[in-house]
Amino acid sequence: MKDHPAQDFAIELVDVNKWFGDFHVLRNINLSVRTGEKVVICGPSGSGKSTVVRCINRLEVHQQGTIHVDGIELTADPKSIHDIRAEVGMVFQQFNLFPHLTVLKNLILGPMKARGLSRQQAEKTARHYLERVKIPEQADKKPGQLSGGQQQRVAIARSLCMEPKVMLFDEPTSALDPEMISEVLDVMVELANEGMTMVVVTHEMGFARKVADKMVFMDAGEIVEQGKPDQFFNNPKSERCRKFLSQILQH
Amino acid sequence: MKKAALLSLLFLVLSGCASSSSWGWYVIDPRTKSGWINIKFLVSGMGSTIQISLIAAFISIILGLIIVLPGLSSRRWLRVISRIYVEFVRAIPLLPMLFWVFYGLPLIFKSMGLNIPIDPFWGAIITLAISDSAFTAEIYRAGIQSIPKGQTEAAQTVGLSYAQSMRYVILPQAVRLILPPIANQFIYIVKMSAFASVIGMQELTRRANELVVSEYRPLEIYSLLIVEYLVLVLVISAGVRWLERRMGTGDHR
Repeated sequence: MKDHPAQDFAIELVDVNKWFGDFHVLRNINLSVRTGEKVVICGPSGSGKSTVVRCINRLEVHQQGTIHVDGIELTADPKSIHDIRAEVGMVFQQFNLFPHLTVLKNLILGPMKARGLSRQQAEKTARHYLERVKIPEQADKKPGQLSGGQQQRVAIARSLCMEPKVMLFDEPTSALDPEMISEVLDVMVELANEGMTMVVVTHEMGFARKVADKMVFMDAGEIVEQGKPDQFFNNPKSERCRKFLSQILQH
Repeated sequence: MKKAALLSLLFLVLSGCASSSSWGWYVIDPRTKSGWINIKFLVSGMGSTIQISLIAAFISIILGLIIVLPGLSSRRWLRVISRIYVEFVRAIPLLPMLFWVFYGLPLIFKSMGLNIPIDPFWGAIITLAISDSAFTAEIYRAGIQSIPKGQTEAAQTVGLSYAQSMRYVILPQAVRLILPPIANQFIYIVKMSAFASVIGMQELTRRANELVVSEYRPLEIYSLLIVEYLVLVLVISAGVRWLERRMGTGDHR
C-alpha cells in the first residue's frame, strides 16, 4: 500500500470529484497537507469544504480521484478505511459525544474496543488528555451536564486518545455560544503549537491568521485559491475570495 | 356518575343471579360447588396463555433484531430482504397463518424428510412470534434510526466497527425508545394468543369455549373470559408504565 511517491505528504487529494445524485459537490479537488502542516479551509456555506474533510476519513465516499493519508490509499477496501481512521481524528460541529456515557467512558471506548488497550491504560491516557484540554475534573459527568465549550473540548480529547497523526476539524466552533469559542480555539492553538497535522474548516479568521500554514478558499465545490496566510488575507488573487473575505472580516 | 354506573351494573348482575330464566350466573357462582369448579376450570387456562405469550414475545424480540439489522445496512439487497419479510409477514392475518403453521408446516418438514410434529403449544408460539416479529422489527428500526447519524460517525472516527458501534453506542441509546413500545406489543400478543384455541390449545379462550358447549351459558362464561383478559392486560400495562418511569421515557412532567 505504501506505493505513493510523495511520502512527506500526510494527506494528498488528487483530482477528487464527488456527486450527491446529480449535484457535483466536489470538482477536481487537489490538496496536499505536509506532516505538521496546519491547513485552514474557508468558504461560503454549501461550498463543499465540510465534504472535503469528511472524504478524508471516508465519512463520505469520493467517486473519482485518489486520496492518500500517510501513504495509504483510501479505497472501498475496509482495511484501508480502518487503517486510515486509526490515524485520523475528527472533531464535529455538533460534538457528537456519546450522551449515555460519562466523559471518561467517552474517551476510553475507542482505545479499549478498537485498540485493545486495557481499561487502566485507556483511563491513564484519557486523564492525560482531559488535563490537556483543561477539564480533568469533569471526568465522571455525562456530556449533557457540560457547557458547549466543555463538550467540544471533551470531543477533542476523545479524538486525541486514539493518538492520531492527523486531526480534522469540521467547523468546531460554529455551534458554540460566542463566549465559549475562545476556550476551544485556545486548545486548538496549543495542539497546533505541538506540531499536530491539522485540517480545519472554520470561519474564525483570527485563529486562521494565528496558526495556518496554508489557507484554502472553496466556492461551489472548487478550490478557488490556496496560499500562504499573509498573501491570502492581504492580497487575494481571485475576485470571489476577495469578496468573501470582505464579507466575513467586515465586522 | 361513576357510582351510579357501578350500582346499576351490580344490580344487573345480582338480578341475573336471582332469576335464572334469563340470566345464568350460577354457572360461575363461586358459592356453589359446580360454579366454583367451573371458575377453576376457566381460570386454569391462564397458565398456558401466559406461557405462550411470554415465549412468543421472547422469540419475537430476538427475531425482530435479526430482521432489522439487514434493514439498516447500506447494501440495497439486504435492505430489500428485510423489507420483504416485514411487508409479507405483516400482511398475513393471524388466523390463516396459524392454520398454515399448524396444518401445513409439518407437511413441509415431512417432504424434507424430517419428522417434526407441531403441537398446538408450539404451533401457537411460532405463529405469534413470526407475526409479531415484523412489528418488533419496525419498532427497532424507528428506535435505531432516531439516534442521530453523528453518533455512528463519531463511533467510526474512534475506530469502532459496525458491530461495536451498534453494541456500545447506538443500541444503548435506542433501547430507551424501544422498550416501552415493545412492552406494549406484549399486550397485543396476549390478546392474539386467544386464536390458539382454534387449534386446540388449552388456554383461556379454549376453556371458555368448552364450558359453553357443556353448560350453554355463553353470555356469563364469555363475560368472565373478557374479565380474565382485562385483568391480565391491566397487570401488564401497569408493568409497562413502571418500566417507562424507570427508563425516564413516556410522557411525564
